[in-house]
Amino acid sequence: MDDNVKKIMHVMRRAPHGSIYTYEGLEMILIMAAYEQDLSVAFIGDGVYALKKNQNTDGISMKGFAKTFMALDGYDVEKLYVDRVSLEERGLTEDDLLVDVELLDSAEIGRRMTEQDVVIHH
Amino acid sequence: MRGTALPGFSATILNSEKVKIGILLKEGPYNHQAADTAYKFAEAAIKKGHTVDAVFLYNDGVINATNLTDPPQDDRNIAARWSEMAKEHGVEILACIAASKRRGITDDLMIEGGSITGLGTLTDIAIRNDRLLTFGD
Repeated sequence: MDDNVKKIMHVMRRAPHGSIYTYEGLEMILIMAAYEQDLSVAFIGDGVYALKKNQNTDGISMKGFAKTFMALDGYDVEKLYVDRVSLEERGLTEDDLLVDVELLDSAEIGRRMTEQDVVIHH
Repeated sequence: MRGTALPGFSATILNSEKVKIGILLKEGPYNHQAADTAYKFAEAAIKKGHTVDAVFLYNDGVINATNLTDPPQDDRNIAARWSEMAKEHGVEILACIAASKRRGITDDLMIEGGSITGLGTLTDIAIRNDRLLTFGD
């Protein structure tokens, strides 16, 4: 592989609006995508809420950014992994999510982490 | 760092090869330990002969490098400490511009040896170093 292309995984671990981590994480992903890195995004724990359909941020003075995840495809960020157990624990299914994802067991997400050059948690 | 089996990482360190390291720091000073852990790690790595290329400040991490930092005398000065490391070991201390603007951090407020830059620079740090280590909550 090209020395200037790294395998970089971003790990979304938090609910989208209780803190800025997910939003600023998404900003980082978009820039790295513009630099044509080999990106993937894993959603674990409360991070799975970032992809939930029908979010409405009108009442909390925060910009809604859930739809930006739908744009990732256009930046060639196509490897979106969701932890199956995290999703189930929160009473959600794939149908509740805005984008097509790969549902994976925790161990498989862990295995893919070991394949990365860089893992950045948000 | 455990001695077992994270592929690549521990093996490289255990073999005492010299590596080039980038650091991503995602929490502000004092409120969280991440800033201290990142500093202690960088200090230890330099002492062992590794190269710490840059510390990139993101999220509240940008608050690590303001020259207004003025803790009580009997406490560590986290901002001054980064500045010393920049001067003595050529470590670049870089704050993300978007994260800085949100938090009122401007060029005028940066410590000596620190500067404000874009996320593209973080990408470059990830590319040009053997490891990028993230410190945060």
